[in-house]
Amino acid sequence: MSNHLKSNVIPPSRQREAPRAGMTWIGQSMKRVEDPRILSGKGGYIDDIAVPGMAHAAMVSSPHAHARIVSIDTSKAEKLPGVIGVYTGEDMARVVDPCPSFASPPITQNAMSVGKVRHVGEVVAAVVAEDRYVAEDAAELVEMEWDILPACVDLEASAAATGEAVLHPDDRDGNVALDESFSFGDVDEHFDEAHTIVKRRLRWRRSSAQAIETCGVVAQFDPFKGGYTIHSNSNFYNFIPFVIGGSLRVSPGELRIIPVLTGGSFGSKVFSHKIIILTAGLARLAGVPVKYIEDRLEHFTNSDSHGSDRLYDAELAVTEDGTFTSLRFTVMDDYGAYLQFGVGTHGNAMAQVTGPYQIQSFGMRVMAVLTNKTQQGPYRGFGSEVTNWVMERMVDAAAEELGRDPVELRVQNMIQPDQFPYMIPTGNIYDSGNFQKVLSEAQTMFDFDGWRDKARAMRAEGRCVGVGLATCMERSVYGPTEWWSLNNKETPGFTLTSTPEGITVRLDPSGKMFVTLNSPMVGNSPETVVAQILAERLTIAPEDIVFNYSDSQSGFNGVGPQGSRFTAMIAGACVSASIKLEEKLKRFGAHMLQRRPEDVELRNGTVAVKGLKDQEKPFGEIALTSSFFRLSFPDGEEFDSGIETTAVYDHPLSTDPAEDRSHLGIFYPIVGHICHIVAVEVDAGTGKVEILDYAAVHDNGTMVNPRTLAGQVWGGTANGIGTTLSEVFNYDDEGQFTNPNFAEFAMPTANEMPRNFKLGHVETPSPFTEYGIKGGGEGGRLGAPSALTSAIEDALSDRGVKITSLPVTPPILRGLIRTAEQTAAE
Amino acid sequence: MTKVSFQLTVNGRVREASVPPRMLLSDFIRHELAMPGTHVGCEHGVCGSCNVMLDGKAVRSCLMFAIQAEGSEITTVEGLATGDDLHPIQQAFWEEHGLQCGFCTPGMLATAQELLAENSDPTDDEIREAISGNLCRCTGYEFVISAIRSASVKLRAAQAETTLQPV
Repeated sequence: MSNHLKSNVIPPSRQREAPRAGMTWIGQSMKRVEDPRILSGKGGYIDDIAVPGMAHAAMVSSPHAHARIVSIDTSKAEKLPGVIGVYTGEDMARVVDPCPSFASPPITQNAMSVGKVRHVGEVVAAVVAEDRYVAEDAAELVEMEWDILPACVDLEASAAATGEAVLHPDDRDGNVALDESFSFGDVDEHFDEAHTIVKRRLRWRRSSAQAIETCGVVAQFDPFKGGYTIHSNSNFYNFIPFVIGGSLRVSPGELRIIPVLTGGSFGSKVFSHKIIILTAGLARLAGVPVKYIEDRLEHFTNSDSHGSDRLYDAELAVTEDGTFTSLRFTVMDDYGAYLQFGVGTHGNAMAQVTGPYQIQSFGMRVMAVLTNKTQQGPYRGFGSEVTNWVMERMVDAAAEELGRDPVELRVQNMIQPDQFPYMIPTGNIYDSGNFQKVLSEAQTMFDFDGWRDKARAMRAEGRCVGVGLATCMERSVYGPTEWWSLNNKETPGFTLTSTPEGITVRLDPSGKMFVTLNSPMVGNSPETVVAQILAERLTIAPEDIVFNYSDSQSGFNGVGPQGSRFTAMIAGACVSASIKLEEKLKRFGAHMLQRRPEDVELRNGTVAVKGLKDQEKPFGEIALTSSFFRLSFPDGEEFDSGIETTAVYDHPLSTDPAEDRSHLGIFYPIVGHICHIVAVEVDAGTGKVEILDYAAVHDNGTMVNPRTLAGQVWGGTANGIGTTLSEVFNYDDEGQFTNPNFAEFAMPTANEMPRNFKLGHVETPSPFTEYGIKGGGEGGRLGAPSALTSAIEDALSDRGVKITSLPVTPPILRGLIRTAEQTAAE
Repeated sequence: MTKVSFQLTVNGRVREASVPPRMLLSDFIRHELAMPGTHVGCEHGVCGSCNVMLDGKAVRSCLMFAIQAEGSEITTVEGLATGDDLHPIQQAFWEEHGLQCGFCTPGMLATAQELLAENSDPTDDEIREAISGNLCRCTGYEFVISAIRSASVKLRAAQAETTLQPV
């Protein structure tokens, strides 16, 4: 181990439930608990919420990328019948403070702009009216005068901009909001000693999740009755609601956020604080409950969830025999107009930046650049999807420069099965894995050698057919140091280290088990997962469990579905709750059976005497007796009425970053591994890519529900296919966002998906989580872009086309082919 | 704004309505009839989440005015189940994991009804083609396709059972 990592000691495992063969519920593809109500149209999404006296909001949005607001005339809008009020950013500033900023030092953002706009779509005024139609009519009548400022669109140009082109002169002197350099291990030495230094300039362009449901809020304010009551489809309402309360100038006691079923997130609804603050402020100003649901255009232009937009200058140091020794890069990231979550997406990427390879050191300069675009937020992968692609591009480049087979070169450098837990140069660890097994299963499933021969033969006939393979990491169960570990160490901000997940379990006198979750359902399967785990641990039937979701006042500790954490974390909470509940059940049950607690056990939903067949009490009878017949039990608080418990599970394995940032500590250690292999054919005349065959093998540790995990892999792969082949946000030179709609932002339909997708699983259980579960919510998008890019490059290898930027839409790819043809002709 | 009165049948029930002529059918179903199962994803006719069955065809309810549905028969997702029993297509979506967040699902169900009414035994490619006008961001479509394939088997079995009943 390199010296710089010596102080980063791996804590002992806190696992209580080891994985085992032959479990009853864990590992079954049980039908989802959540589905019947959703399938029958009774899910209850945000726009299904209606409260008495509710009015509707419509926004007036900036048509300019960068401009000063000279004047706003709301008089015509106010006169329209049905309008309750029209409000500007200055009105809003009377009741709300700026949005929370996790950047340190902060970049100021108002939910409604004050004085200046910094991207197209930014809200400058809002109408509250009796219905949405009237509100939108009135929004059209608001008259604006602007003083146009220079728009920063290009990443490198914006970084160098001065004067009026600086977006936030009060917070920063220029548009580079953060510029930090790191060296983990002997980077310079490894590069000095390298036989070959592979260099590439790589570009990853912005897109976003675009869940089919947009963000929305229903907010009420009553100063005499509890303050704000807010329904929201945020995925993160139960851990730091007081931060939103801070912007709304109320205490947590005056803020109740109620979750709803959420129509997809993929990161895009993590927190969603701006729309909550905006709608709540309007409800306070208008004095009526207000509903605001973004339309699709507003979701594209103002929802603060754009994905990574990066430019890498990357270098890989390789020895004569092909061993990778060091990786370093300079990365500039176009964060858009604000920096809500700091450079968390780069912190995240530090979890697995060196991929599945034994690379001894790593160095980086990261620059967060502000431009006049909608700001970034989380999107499935949270920045690691980009570094996975960069790593795999560098390995393919190394193979080409060294004249080596790309798969052989990967195998040579891979971490071996006996090296776990393996600490990478940044300090994060990989808890477990068997990358070789994942690779070989994928190759067999795909008939990799057969396909490579076939592709070669097809190319010899003039067809552009190629095969690509990627071996990538899928970190899961995030630790929160990723949000701040790359900040300047003098101004790290709020150095959060907790990510708890809680659960409340109560046994009803009827025998039903009531479970309260503290995180919403966003398309994942929280109820199904919990039903399977509690059924396993407490020997009950899943259909006897009933689910509820707490609000921000009744709930306790829920960080929610993000960073592929929920399944592993809620499993931990279920185990903690089960241990406490088992103890109570045994105490009451043993008393009823006239035995000692140590003489009884849980058996098929009963407390039963060990070794005896008929001596047992069903859970329902114990709950009933303990709830209603207090005098049947001894005095003492251990026999207080009822069987219930609340349990909280903290991150299973994390350490602090080193104070001097010589390493970043352990923060994302529960790692999955994925191998994607794909065969494509490129139509050289149009640049269209057709997927001929696809295989993916994922290792997510112990699978709770193979069917729902497969659904995550499929869905993530579809996102990755879109990211690679069709999805990109286009901005013109004035900063106009030119394709913010579903017709021109091309997400894959069923027709773009592979016809014969083969999916396999390897199960390498984590030694650190309960039952060995690892997260699996992001893997598809973490692997597909790398494999597809390699396949396209292979398909066009005879024409000398190199892919250094994503996406490769048909026009982009056709352009690359044309340029290569012209170069060859010259 | 002037309102227009009209009549239509929704999920077997005759409804009288009086709404502004510009009100979209999707808003009418969701907010006037208080049937929130029909979802609005893009309001520009691309995503298909708002599909409902109108006189036997799956249509985009966000691209029609409510008053254009005068005299027609509409089935929304709320009209699919019979009592406590899910419709065989809903049942198949449940069994095959054809949904995750469920937001696009009502539209998918409408499209599936239209397809299976016209073609009781579609190939996977025919299913793919039929749902290519319905965007789903969660599933990657594979289990949606399995669900519709499975629904076709269920519906054909139910049909065969009905046909074989002694008169």
